[in-house]
Amino acid sequence: MTKKILFITSKAPYGSSYAKEALDAVLMASAFGQQISLLFLDDGIFQLKKDQAPQHGQKNISATFPALELYDVNNIYVDELALQKRGMTRQDLVINTVAFNDEKIRQLMAEQDQILAF
Amino acid sequence: MKYALAVYGGPFTHQASSSAYQFAKAAIARGHEIYRVFFYHDGVYNGSNLSIAPQDEVNVTEQWKALADTHKLDLVICIAAAIRRGVINESEANRYEKDAHNLDPGFEISGLGQLVEAAIDCDRLITFGE
Repeated sequence: MTKKILFITSKAPYGSSYAKEALDAVLMASAFGQQISLLFLDDGIFQLKKDQAPQHGQKNISATFPALELYDVNNIYVDELALQKRGMTRQDLVINTVAFNDEKIRQLMAEQDQILAF
Repeated sequence: MKYALAVYGGPFTHQASSSAYQFAKAAIARGHEIYRVFFYHDGVYNGSNLSIAPQDEVNVTEQWKALADTHKLDLVICIAAAIRRGVINESEANRYEKDAHNLDPGFEISGLGQLVEAAIDCDRLITFGE
């Protein structure tokens, strides 16, 4: 029986290792044949922003997101309000995502067997 | 119920590890199973046997070891997070030609797959982080 596992990533892409280590966990989980979803909350939205140019030898995290499709991670959601608060729209993001309001996010969480929050 | 715990905070700097320890102790006391404790992010510092607590302070690494000894807990440190932070066992020290190793023998070093597998196998996975 496969499980529904939701990964929540809510930290900015640089300044801490949370975003990168969350993405590592998502990629690892994709190898287990489970039903994986990924939700971006709060400053986690910035991970998806187009035209990132990290400095001082840091890797551009946004380059990995288009590859998620190849890992069969297709259920990718962003918090609508988090986008609005940061003056962004889905067009500012490097991949196609589904924008959810609070109610939809609550439903998404309720459907899961496990939630891993980063 | 079968629980897995994920710990993201290091000892002394953050409450995450201590809260996870208290949870594990309480869950075991109530007859639940702690299937695995997975240390990720700065949580890997919990596995260092070089940290020293002043005599009047709690050393959460020692608490984890004692609990693991008594109840045969699976304490797993994420290898990718650990080697970056300088928490390594003897075989990693040999592999990367380092002079020393500091992973406490009460902990195992393994991959992120152990976290995912625990999420799949357990009734509940509880994260202790920021």
